[in-house]
Amino acid sequence: MILGRVVGDITATRKHEALQGHKLLIVQPLTAKLEPRGGCVVAVDSAQAGAGDTVLVCDEGNAARLILQDRSAPVRTMVVGIVDSVEAAAGMSTEEWEKL
Amino acid sequence: MKLGKVVGSVVCSVKADSLTGIALLLVQPIDENGKHTGTPLVACDAVQAGPGDTVLYEGGREAAMALRPSFNPSDASVMAIVDDINVHSGTRS
Repeated sequence: MILGRVVGDITATRKHEALQGHKLLIVQPLTAKLEPRGGCVVAVDSAQAGAGDTVLVCDEGNAARLILQDRSAPVRTMVVGIVDSVEAAAGMSTEEWEKL
Repeated sequence: MKLGKVVGSVVCSVKADSLTGIALLLVQPIDENGKHTGTPLVACDAVQAGPGDTVLYEGGREAAMALRPSFNPSDASVMAIVDDINVHSGTRS
């Protein structure tokens, strides 16, 4: 999974039936130090994430289908959690952390 | 899923039998601000999108699953027509 930040949302009335009733969030992928990394993706929300939330994003279809309880849902990228904190391992030096 | 803009269509008389009746759209990938990112790709249409529409498209096996009959050979399918892209202010670092 990757870390991301919710930077927006998408409204779409006409969409695949598997997406009906789900919020679609624009997520900016982040590094371990919570800095932007690469382009944004659109993810289906399963964690009631809100604007500005740091989130956990899973980009695997079988995981998405397990969460949605729908074996045929063509969904892959999902917000699966809201991040409270990211902490460096005990004993890791600041230099090592900065190199990530 | 990624954002894209339908910039054209592709016609193929000769193609996999199961793709008969499925529209092939030329999609320009865009970012959340509408800026072009990368070269256009061809995506199968699952939602009757048209030229000029901003859409969401998915890749991988989910692209094949989105079509009828399921697992129709596709590695990119349009999953939704976007009404509005709402970029929250003050959340970008």
